[in-house]
Amino acid sequence: MTNLLLLFDAPSLIVQVLLDGILVGSIFALAAYGMALVWGVMNIINITQGEFVVLGGYVAFTAASWGLNPFLCIPVAAAALLVVGWAIYRGVIYRIVDKDLFISVLATYGLGILIAQLINLVWGADVRSLDSGLGTWFFLDGMVTVAQTRVAAFVLALVIGGALLLFLRLTRLGRAIRATAQNARAARALGIDTDRVYAATYAINAAICGAAGALIVMIFVLQPFVGLIYTVRSFMIVIVAGLGNLGAVIGAALGVGAAENFVGFIFGTQFQAAFVFSFLVVVLVVRNLRLQRRRMYLK
Amino acid sequence: MSARGRGRILAALLLAATVAAPLVVPALTVQFATLWVMIILALTWDILGGQMGYNSFGNVVFFGVGMYASAIVQVGLFHDVGAYTAASGTGVYPFTPQQYYVGLALGILAAPIAAVAVAALLGTGMLGLRGHYFAIGTLGLGIAGGEFAASWEYVGGASGFLLPVFPGAYETRALFFYGLCAALGIVTFLVLRRLYAGRFGLALNAIRDDEDKAEALGHHTVRNKVLAWCVSAFFVGLAGAIFGNMNGLIEPREVAFSGATFGVWMVLMALLGGKGTLWGPVIGAIVFHVFKELFWTYLLGWQRVALGLLIVGIVLFFPLGLLGYARERWPSLFGRQAVEGAKR
Amino acid sequence: MTSLLEVRDATKRFGGIVANEGVSLSVREGEIVGLIGPNGSGKTTLFNSIVGHHALDAGSIRFGGREITELRVPQIARLGLLRTFQQTRVFRGMTGIENMLASAPPEGTGLAVMFGRSQPREAARADDLLQFVGLYEKRHLRAGELSFGQQKLLEFAMALMRSPRMLLLDEPTAGINPTLINNLVDRLQRANAELGITLLVIEHNMPVIMRLARRLYCLAHGKILAEGAPEQVQRDPRVLEAYLGAA
Repeated sequence: MTNLLLLFDAPSLIVQVLLDGILVGSIFALAAYGMALVWGVMNIINITQGEFVVLGGYVAFTAASWGLNPFLCIPVAAAALLVVGWAIYRGVIYRIVDKDLFISVLATYGLGILIAQLINLVWGADVRSLDSGLGTWFFLDGMVTVAQTRVAAFVLALVIGGALLLFLRLTRLGRAIRATAQNARAARALGIDTDRVYAATYAINAAICGAAGALIVMIFVLQPFVGLIYTVRSFMIVIVAGLGNLGAVIGAALGVGAAENFVGFIFGTQFQAAFVFSFLVVVLVVRNLRLQRRRMYLK
Repeated sequence: MSARGRGRILAALLLAATVAAPLVVPALTVQFATLWVMIILALTWDILGGQMGYNSFGNVVFFGVGMYASAIVQVGLFHDVGAYTAASGTGVYPFTPQQYYVGLALGILAAPIAAVAVAALLGTGMLGLRGHYFAIGTLGLGIAGGEFAASWEYVGGASGFLLPVFPGAYETRALFFYGLCAALGIVTFLVLRRLYAGRFGLALNAIRDDEDKAEALGHHTVRNKVLAWCVSAFFVGLAGAIFGNMNGLIEPREVAFSGATFGVWMVLMALLGGKGTLWGPVIGAIVFHVFKELFWTYLLGWQRVALGLLIVGIVLFFPLGLLGYARERWPSLFGRQAVEGAKR
Repeated sequence: MTSLLEVRDATKRFGGIVANEGVSLSVREGEIVGLIGPNGSGKTTLFNSIVGHHALDAGSIRFGGREITELRVPQIARLGLLRTFQQTRVFRGMTGIENMLASAPPEGTGLAVMFGRSQPREAARADDLLQFVGLYEKRHLRAGELSFGQQKLLEFAMALMRSPRMLLLDEPTAGINPTLINNLVDRLQRANAELGITLLVIEHNMPVIMRLARRLYCLAHGKILAEGAPEQVQRDPRVLEAYLGAA
């Protein structure tokens, strides 16, 4: 709690905490947008989201350990996860696309457990992180420090998000994905192979998560079993932002990143995980209460 | 023979096995007791997961809350809890046998109260939500609980909470806890059977089949949902209190709020046996526990892979579970749920 | 006689589309009133607004002299205003008799009641009503295994189980075979005459609604186009135009 008073004494600290949170929030936005994409197009809430992020981080870690430039590891991780996502779609997900949400929630929950343990078997339970080799900027006479890695991650997250948006707008496959999201049956009637669209959507989502994971491993540390927290963050952001609005997703993600960082600073980082999960409950409840006032509920 | 007659014979056999098991194989008494805990966890998960159609991934929270609530009462009655956990030793703070039993009784009484309070508080907010939102809302509850407990020095923080030592020989202790677990398991089963046969069961099934319709008929859906979670919490809390004492040490992340073991197992066991049925979770728990005790050590690091695979496999290929499958396959032998229900 | 249901200037928009605009109608206690109109004219939207499924953008709804505009679905249902769905909705995994018992009005909200057993009185009433709609023989079948028409009858019986003051029926005869239709119309009339339940019925089947209703409202493009005695509404040139124009 003393840290709270510290914030009032040193306003520059507020800037520092806020900035750190916002910069990280952009990476959360990537995973969240992927979740919204899968949810909107396939009607699946993908609980393995966090495991994809973690897996992406580990792939980047391994690629870097072979001597690759850390930033080149991002596309490597994305490509690897693209394949993984596609394979998982072909193996499991295609069976649950038409089923109700309960089944997909349970099945992807099981998948998440599976993937986390596989990561653990391959890479071990040790905490991993990746040094990007970038330095730090100092502002306000060194009162505010900004790790260049975070800024780079922020910029890259925006670039990846923008590229995804252009892909959905401009390419044939992107348009097919959007058409399927609007109305799968109509899309099928128009000759769109929705099975391929689903496979592509799921694979792209995994790739985005992979890229996010590669960025995260440069900023934080990763450990095989932290996936769930990224899933929950993504979900939280999607609930606040709604499906299919990239701007709102980014806004919500930056907000979540900042809020989390403040709580981490005030109460101590050991409460961060607990905070994220508690925050999810609060977000869900508040959101639902506000809808109930208009005779609606979260759908 | 009628389904009811078969049920009676089965129940009598199981009861006999329950009494006989620790006497015939005394070495496995603790394993048998754990089996009862597993049965309770599976049965109570199914209240929401099977009967009401709401998957909860956070029921393990009540396990932990019950454990800690009981421990705090047991120690707090006679000593200062903070000092006790700081010394992390029961040797420094002795309990007379009388103190032990009084503490245990009151602790076991406090556990369900605490667990139900948590369920009511969380549920009132979260069960206004529809199923999948609720499901994901519960995802992190176990972890959140574990993190809080691990940072709360009063209850021993990450190093855990050592419980008072049972005043008696090891064999007596095992039998004592076996008796408690078995009794609680049987009571849980009977209470749930009774509840499912009445208005409560109808209300839960109605929510599972069509929640909008239930609302359109004027059901108090939210109240029923919260109540269902409270019933679940009540028995899980009790089980937590007993299991904590049986285990001797409450470790916040690995025992009390263990999402990776008990939290996942309860889901798996209910699915495996057949969710939405009364006997399914019991059968699932027995099959899984036996399997686990026999083969778990051979799986080494692959246990959780097997868990994940099993969940995915059951959900995709075997959604009815063992009992559900048997009912579809041999309806005359096992009786379908619907037909059985109509007989009351 | 005062009206039981009073809708005043109800307006409901979905994005840019106006589904209901300034709709006013009233139904007196004990009446059977029909609501007709071409597809997409906003009939089901109006039902949804009345029972609290979504919020109105403007206007008010009163039931039994009480303002219900802001109430939510279960609250309104508990006041005795029930609806059936166009695509029938029953508890598919439960048997007919369980569906009926699950529809019985709770006699309280205390724990003892919620955890209690269904009363023999309720079971007897469920049997009677299943008898009444002609589903008694099928009462042990799972509702999901019944035909579409039988599910409609079951849904109707479930609504009756709650002893409502008023029932909103959304196309009760759509998708039902002709023999069952006569059966159903007869049951509806008896429910009105013997049980005193006020009915507001959306219906496309003109012979049925002419037989059933004493008064009709015609909705087109979200507005009330005509109201009055069935023959009068049926002959109204604007109504004819709305139907033909929409065709």
